[in-house]
Amino acid sequence: MIETHPTHAEIGVARPADTHHGGWPHRHLLDVDQLSREAAERCLRLAAEMRALRERGERLDQLQGHVVGLAFAEPSTRTRVSFEMAATALGAQVVTLPLDASSLSKGESLADTLRTLERTGVQTVVLRHAAAGAPYLAARATGLRVINAGDGAHAHPTQALLDALTLADAFGGVERMAGRAVAIVGDVAHSRVARSNLHLLHRLGVSVRLAGPPAWVRGFASWPGVDITASLEEALDGVDAVMALRVQLERDAAGGVPSLAEYSVRWGLNEERMRLARPGAALLHPGPTNEGVELTADLACGERSLIGRQVVSGVAIRMAVLSLLAP
Amino acid sequence: MTRFGSIADPAVALLISGARVLDPGSGTDGVRDLAVAGGRFVEPEALPPDAERVDASGLLAIPALCDLHAHLRQPGVEEAETVESGARAAAHGGYATLCAMPNTAPPLDEPARVRDVLAAGIDAACRVRVIGAATRGRAGEQPTELAALAEVGVVGVSDDGAAVSSPRVASALLTYLGPLGIPLIEHAEDPELAAGSAMRAGPIATRLGLGGWPASAELAVVERDIALAEETGAWVHFTHLSTAAAVEAVRRAKARGLRITCDVTPHHLAMTDAWVAGHRGFAWEEPSGIAAEPFAGTLDEQLAYDGACRVNPPLPARDDALALLSGVADGTVDAVATDHAPHPPQRKAVEFAAAAPGMIGLETALSLGLAAVAAGVLGLAELVSALSLRPASLIGERRSLEPGSGADLVLVDPRARWRVEPGTLASRSRNTPLLGRELPGVVRLTMADGRITYEDGLLPAS
Repeated sequence: MIETHPTHAEIGVARPADTHHGGWPHRHLLDVDQLSREAAERCLRLAAEMRALRERGERLDQLQGHVVGLAFAEPSTRTRVSFEMAATALGAQVVTLPLDASSLSKGESLADTLRTLERTGVQTVVLRHAAAGAPYLAARATGLRVINAGDGAHAHPTQALLDALTLADAFGGVERMAGRAVAIVGDVAHSRVARSNLHLLHRLGVSVRLAGPPAWVRGFASWPGVDITASLEEALDGVDAVMALRVQLERDAAGGVPSLAEYSVRWGLNEERMRLARPGAALLHPGPTNEGVELTADLACGERSLIGRQVVSGVAIRMAVLSLLAP
Repeated sequence: MTRFGSIADPAVALLISGARVLDPGSGTDGVRDLAVAGGRFVEPEALPPDAERVDASGLLAIPALCDLHAHLRQPGVEEAETVESGARAAAHGGYATLCAMPNTAPPLDEPARVRDVLAAGIDAACRVRVIGAATRGRAGEQPTELAALAEVGVVGVSDDGAAVSSPRVASALLTYLGPLGIPLIEHAEDPELAAGSAMRAGPIATRLGLGGWPASAELAVVERDIALAEETGAWVHFTHLSTAAAVEAVRRAKARGLRITCDVTPHHLAMTDAWVAGHRGFAWEEPSGIAAEPFAGTLDEQLAYDGACRVNPPLPARDDALALLSGVADGTVDAVATDHAPHPPQRKAVEFAAAAPGMIGLETALSLGLAAVAAGVLGLAELVSALSLRPASLIGERRSLEPGSGADLVLVDPRARWRVEPGTLASRSRNTPLLGRELPGVVRLTMADGRITYEDGLLPAS
């Protein structure tokens, strides 16, 4: 059985009255690589706390009078809604930018668009963009505080933080993460989720095993704390948790696997394979899932699956990040 | 005060004394006088009595440089550069000759368009030679009228910006080109292997989540063209090689006696893929930070993903940069050529992968070379040979400081330093990751055919 979700008291966080978060050293969240272990743990604890407060129905207003802009130049429902919920829950005003890749290609540069946004009074921008590095450009070209909500294949820091919070819950607390092993399965090469997770899990003392087709895992062998395994079975053997990555169905034949069917046979997760992991090992997926490709439908909604918890943790993490970055 | 002249100015009569004169062609290296009159170096006794005198003590006198690869953007993108401004940048960098690439808009694929650029260069601050397009519209399908282009004086043909990617077209083109005696100047890059890439493949690209450009993309075209050169007897010149494997292939082809030559750029010698992640150490320096540990630390908020580092071929892995340097030193690499590629700011201040590839280089090439010399990784004579004598010989020019030779000369202060910034650049563009950096080597005077094309107050005001 999976551990039930512990309360904030159980995972050792401070009482709500102690949640003052002055002295946060960062103006932006561009990737988790900027977070020390202490900063990451502080963010996770604050998120757990905010989740608990929110579940108790307490009102939070840290971002009263603050305007958060959501600039999503790539289709995304869950991340955008999660940020919107988080900002609203903190009392912020939220504006959504009609930003898409096509308007950028028509001559108005990303920097121009964001400068306009800044002039209208937005203070923090949550940016999703297909180009790796776009948030760095935004941070340099404007006075906005920038939260990276996913840039190309580079980074997705709030996803890594919500995954870490979900794992911390499963392991019984942030302080019980070090020494654990997590398997990440699938298209690591094109995954911003995987990259941010590799940074954060390493900082939290969690070792990572990668499994997937060669084109999707090669290149990561010298990443600290990472082992590339020869087979899915080897990756799963005794691990504490498994993260399946989304397979991008539109990838062509040159993209790594001869067919989705072959992928599913060799790297698809099912109940039998999950039994190789530690009993009760958790299963995570950043969503949306392709059931029958990365994992079976039974697994996705089975008792090991923390996919639903990830969504809940996501709002809490984004609340924590927004409030830590608030001026 | 700095002053630009033109190759159409009157020839000067000048006695330059006190400089260390380095002329690798004749083996000269020492302090001696240089006399110039009537466009040539002369014996000092032959100077007219009213010749000006210059004290060049502490300066280095070397044959003026020759660039095989510059983009002047005229016609088409005069906002970024013109023949006039590009020639001034060249003169400021110590060049007496530059070769203009044909990927203008429209491209230089007809003799009339080549003549237009040559005409615009008649009174420029540098001799302007022209490279013609290899295929019509640079579309890679139909060769241009190669003999007609050769007649108006192109020094080679190239579809630079892309390879002549069709093997069939490349074979036909080389067969026809062979007897004309000018090279195909090949941008060696297989478009399929390079598709989707924004920087060199490797740990840094993996860290940054940017599509990686594999070394095989360059080698595939190099090996193909070497085979075609052998079959056709034609001359292939590979420009801006960026990988150890390609240089090794050229080394082997030269050993077999094939007509293969190549150049590398200053930025591929000095910079590495780690610059895309914000590193700014030269390739020959001990790697530190992200260059040493590509997956550790925090990306530099100010410098990571800087569009100024987007260039094609992409900045190399460190081992490749060091192999290019060895190639320059042993002569496998015939020339250091700038691939001077000006772009207006709006083409660079965008998402990294969307940034226009290329950086300016005419004004920093000599300084980067002198930095390598100062670091002890390249000999000064080797540098001068690669920037001046060898490229000049490839396009039928000579570089020598001996009496009787055309007076193509640079006086440079190798110990002085200058800061690369808009106010110090003659180019209309400033797209270089060296902006704001101090470099060694200040050019004090450049002379082409005995005409002063650039000087910074060294000469007495006349």
